[in-house]
Amino acid sequence: MFEHQLALAIIGMALATYGTRLAGYWLLRGVEIKGRMKAALDAVPPAILTAVIAPTVFLQGIPEMVAGAATLAVALLRAPLLVTIAVGVASVAGLRYLM
Amino acid sequence: MRQDFLRGLGDVWPMMLAYAPIAALWGALAASKGFTPWDAMAMSAFVYSGAAQFVFLDLMGTAMPLPMLVFTIATVSLRHVLMSASVSRHIATFRPTLASGLLFWLTDEAWAIVERRALTDKITPAYYFGAAFPIWPTWFLFSGVGALAGAVMGDGKTIGLDFAFAAMFIAVLAGFWKGPRTGAVLVASAAVACLAKVLLPGAWYILCGGAAGMLTAVVLARPDDV
Repeated sequence: MFEHQLALAIIGMALATYGTRLAGYWLLRGVEIKGRMKAALDAVPPAILTAVIAPTVFLQGIPEMVAGAATLAVALLRAPLLVTIAVGVASVAGLRYLM
Repeated sequence: MRQDFLRGLGDVWPMMLAYAPIAALWGALAASKGFTPWDAMAMSAFVYSGAAQFVFLDLMGTAMPLPMLVFTIATVSLRHVLMSASVSRHIATFRPTLASGLLFWLTDEAWAIVERRALTDKITPAYYFGAAFPIWPTWFLFSGVGALAGAVMGDGKTIGLDFAFAAMFIAVLAGFWKGPRTGAVLVASAAVACLAKVLLPGAWYILCGGAAGMLTAVVLARPDDV
């Protein structure tokens, strides 16, 4: 039962993710995007990325909030990706241990 | 052609190192929800989206009907519509069938690499393939490794591994910073997402937060941009 449902979920999700990867290429190819439309589309990646992680960072507790701020600070200093992730993981682990 | 592939590989290898532990973490979480290593690798190979897959594990307990689940995953992946629209400018000379095939390997990181390279060089199919493809086997193989190790590792929470995904997204986010208006978008998105997470079921918080951020960007757009 689990395997059957999981297979359906994988197929459905694969169509959804591949569909979004194709959609921009096929729908907006050659279309000129400007003005408020461009402002809205430019905001999509940061707005969606923020929305995905906001509950993880802000709704769990103090360690996650502080670690999120530390991670952002390191990221804004243009540290390499791995270093940034390591700072986030290490600081949340440390803060959870202390609190 | 070989040279372009190797240049792509040269740009992407740090991302591969970053993906391995995140894939393993996802695999371990999936195993804790009843996935076999094969299940985990199948989902990682076909769905191939960290955000979608983490959200799926989060939603597994909610008995959400399949169409609703697919819709939610599509909303989580909506950012890829913009990324593929943006990248279409750089791959416009590729045959559409080739471009459509290559777009399967469009991830946040591969997209960022290709866009950065496009600032200075013409993107060739070999470069795109070299920059985008190698992350894929890394992702699904380490999902399997994580699922195998999951039983040993526990949930990884004591060593903070559950935060790795948020940390990676924060790092990617920092690359989108373009000044105070970006800050306003992020604040609106985060505030509305948290509110919606508390008030609404499922993954609506992602779409609500994203919409709030887009609306903020539209309102703040300078008249000379319009």
